[in-house]
Amino acid sequence: MTREEIITTTKRFLSEEFEVNSEKITANNNLQKTLDLDSLDYVDLVVVIEENLNFKPTSDDFKKIDTFNDFYDLVERKLA
Amino acid sequence: MNRRVVITGIGLYSSIGVGKEAVLDSLRKGKSGIVYDKAREEIGYRSCLTGMVEDPNLKPFLSRRQRLGMHQPAMFAYMSTMEAMEQAKLDVDFLEKNETGIIFGNDSTAGAVINTIDKLRERGDTTLIGSGDIFQNMNCTVNMSLSTIYKLKGINITLSAACASGSHSIGMGYLLIKQGLQERVVCGGAQEINVYAMASFDGLGAFSVGHDAPGKASRPFDKDRDGLIPSGGAATLIIESLESAEKRGAPILGEILGYGFSSNGDHISNPNFDGQYRSLKMSLDQANIAAETIDYVNAHATSTPVGDSMEAQAIHSILGSDVPVSSTKSMTGHECWMAGASEVAYSLLMMQNDFVAPNINFENPDEDSQKINVVPEYTEKKIDTFLSNSFGFGGTNSSLIVKKFVK
Repeated sequence: MTREEIITTTKRFLSEEFEVNSEKITANNNLQKTLDLDSLDYVDLVVVIEENLNFKPTSDDFKKIDTFNDFYDLVERKLA
Repeated sequence: MNRRVVITGIGLYSSIGVGKEAVLDSLRKGKSGIVYDKAREEIGYRSCLTGMVEDPNLKPFLSRRQRLGMHQPAMFAYMSTMEAMEQAKLDVDFLEKNETGIIFGNDSTAGAVINTIDKLRERGDTTLIGSGDIFQNMNCTVNMSLSTIYKLKGINITLSAACASGSHSIGMGYLLIKQGLQERVVCGGAQEINVYAMASFDGLGAFSVGHDAPGKASRPFDKDRDGLIPSGGAATLIIESLESAEKRGAPILGEILGYGFSSNGDHISNPNFDGQYRSLKMSLDQANIAAETIDYVNAHATSTPVGDSMEAQAIHSILGSDVPVSSTKSMTGHECWMAGASEVAYSLLMMQNDFVAPNINFENPDEDSQKINVVPEYTEKKIDTFLSNSFGFGGTNSSLIVKKFVK
């Protein structure tokens, strides 16, 4: 999956799952604030990532994520 | 302390109508809410009849997080509660600042639990179930959802008492307000309506198989009945102290006068005359009124021979032969955990509009029902005081007496 494909795919399922306007999902925006994630929402984030990208991120993976760019990096690494 | 307790709001999400106006119309017309459900046939039900309500779309009203923990009981209860809150002139802003409790009747979340286990079997990993299922799976799902949505700060407990859950919820709320421990309590009952909810009950052979004419199949007190029909939805009643209602300028729909209860301490499913008799008697004693004061009885009668007969005997023993009696389950089917609350709401609508809703399909009495005054047709009648019975598996009984409000 190319970087562009990762951005398009994740934008689609994240905006759908967390009911956020996809235009707010931009590379430098903060993932947690943009998606308005609380501790329960991270459970659902794992589910949608597994459903759409076939891998399960760990809690350590999430600790390193600030922006959506960080998230795209994680997806790239996991799918490599 | 012995305070007066009044009802200031009702909301209904019922197989005979969504909202009070639609329900009132059905009660007047004797309209049945029973349908043949193809899904029950496909999964192997003996009886494919049910009362039916749609799953409401809550997206316009609630956030994703609020919706995630809700399956049918909570979804239905939100709809009925929204209507009741509006009538009672209550909103989140007021409720957040003025202690209000919630005691809601619910006794199963079968559909939600099965959905969760299906997900687990498919995914083989509990961490892939998602965050909302646990709140859908618990019996207190209605309480958890409504108390957080409406910012309720008072008593917060779920009441599970089989088919008397909704009635006991009103009774317990009434006692707390009467004693001065709460100003107002959101009471009610919710009943899921999916194919999983009633499968094991269907297996007992107690449901009607009158598939050819669904609207004729629920026949409480009729000699030719062949069983009950499950149903569902939700009903909410806002009850509060008279002082609180008057101070807020809320509409007063009726006053709760008495709450009787008992346990049979006998068979797990068979009803028993003594338990029902004691519940009825206690409600009259507690209300401190004569039996002749009751203008209408909304019977529990579900359309099963033994249950209907026991209740007819108990009504006859305590209230005599003349008081008009009807079972609205003839139209709605048996709303189970919801029934005790919805039937008080149905009776309030009758009291406000001076009529007795018909016990439809009552064509031929049996030995016991011939001794009481079962009303088969819409009947104009001024009702000042009514009694509503609810009885459940395990021998739990509840009787509530409500009177038209007089200052």
